[in-house]
Amino acid sequence: MSSRPVYLDYSATTPTDPRVVEKMVPWLYDQCGNPASSSHVYGWEAEEAVERARAQVAQLVNADPREIIWTSGATESDNLALKGAAGFYAGRGRHVVTVQTEHKAVLDTCRHLEREGFEVTYLAVPPSGLIDPAAFQAALRPDTILASVMLVNNEIGVIQDVAALGRLCRERDIIFHVDAAQATGKVDIDLQSLEVDLMSFSAHKTYGPKGIGALYIRRKPRVRLEAQMHGGGHERGFRSGTLATHQIVGMGEAFALAGAEMAAENGRIRGLRDRLWAGLSAIEGVYLNGDADRRVAHTLNISVDHVEGEALMMSLKGLAVSSGSACTSASLEPSHVLRALGRGDALAHSSLRFSLGRFTSSGDIDFTVDLAARQIQRLRDMSPLWEMVQDGIDPETVNWAGAGGRP
Amino acid sequence: MRPAYSEKLMDHYEHPRNVGRFDQADPAVGTGAAGTPQAGDVIRLQIKVDASGIIEDACFKTYGCGASIASSSLVTEWIKGGTLDAAMAIRSARIADELSLPPVKIHCSILAEEAIMAAVRNYKEKHQE
Repeated sequence: MSSRPVYLDYSATTPTDPRVVEKMVPWLYDQCGNPASSSHVYGWEAEEAVERARAQVAQLVNADPREIIWTSGATESDNLALKGAAGFYAGRGRHVVTVQTEHKAVLDTCRHLEREGFEVTYLAVPPSGLIDPAAFQAALRPDTILASVMLVNNEIGVIQDVAALGRLCRERDIIFHVDAAQATGKVDIDLQSLEVDLMSFSAHKTYGPKGIGALYIRRKPRVRLEAQMHGGGHERGFRSGTLATHQIVGMGEAFALAGAEMAAENGRIRGLRDRLWAGLSAIEGVYLNGDADRRVAHTLNISVDHVEGEALMMSLKGLAVSSGSACTSASLEPSHVLRALGRGDALAHSSLRFSLGRFTSSGDIDFTVDLAARQIQRLRDMSPLWEMVQDGIDPETVNWAGAGGRP
Repeated sequence: MRPAYSEKLMDHYEHPRNVGRFDQADPAVGTGAAGTPQAGDVIRLQIKVDASGIIEDACFKTYGCGASIASSSLVTEWIKGGTLDAAMAIRSARIADELSLPPVKIHCSILAEEAIMAAVRNYKEKHQE
């Protein structure tokens, strides 16, 4: 075993691609200009670099560069989109629709909007994790001004049908925001055809640096936002603050690489994912969370029956993975996403999220399968619940409160 | 979050002592359980008592976190070779102390204590003549 754990947590963050780092570094040294400095060559060069990167980001999602605004990351983009649109369009109505499985950056911002007097509907999802467009449509009201749905779920990797949901919003003049932080470089995004008004991006989920993101703001039909950051009026007044040239250059390069390499990379990662699932699904009592087909190749979220979450994570210290945890021990929070899928409340199981990426090898996958199989067996061998299952007793049927001498 | 677990705890977690199962119907065996799956931990502890009233063997199976597994493993070592009274005298604080349990894991040591009590009680119920 190598001294560092095998990294299978690409959905948390990706390593910055060395080709990206190379492009960033000069902008930390002699190319030190402020892109807003219009009186000298340092500023002009920085501005050109920023606009080149803006075009690279726009190209990946088939947008106009003038529709891309730099932010500090997808969390800020989500905040600006939701607070900005709700604030601007509050005169039309005060109802917002989102989904229970959204990222906390959207859910917590919606909680804030509720405190500001907006009413928010948090749509439930079926066990597949996929929103039913009919249920979404039913949640839309005459006073709905804004809806927010993520493209690719960060925990389970399912892909929402934002084309259908966008159409429903456009027909009703509802601003439609999509968090695409987990989607860039994994699924094709065409903002010329999608009826999406606002879209959030992050660099560090797509092999760019942390601390930089972008928000797409549609020009036709024009979408207006109330700025959340006030100052020098950068980014056409949407987001003040000196632009971080090196970060922006990195995001541009990362998105350009994503566009160039996506098709080949996704094929390779799908092969690794299939190999991982073939190994894990051979273990008894292991289930896939989320829809099996409408998903990105990179993410595999599983539940393991009759193994406690923290003990499982401790036993997999050779792996850097996330516990999608449905575990009930004091130190781990149950995931709101798995709870929404109806997997969080079942008795005695725990969940793991494996997320693969550009630098994952087949050796990593084989190591992972072997380790997971051995450790799951080891924990079950010392579990009285597993013993009951082997004896044909369902632990769910036992009256634990009065168990006394049981099991 | 790096786990705040002691080396001793990790050793018991990675190399648990006395994992196993005795025949519950054996008159020499006492079986006790503590905890619920809903709360995240179930400890089953068993003792085998010889004619002179000494716990000649002990074993456990535990569903739960690392601290629960380690607490179970530790107490089986402690009670083996001792009297029933000595086993009953083990308090959770001593377990927590020995394994340097973090405050959120104190309940694991309490479950281990409860499991010993339940096993001894079960054995005594079988020998009420």
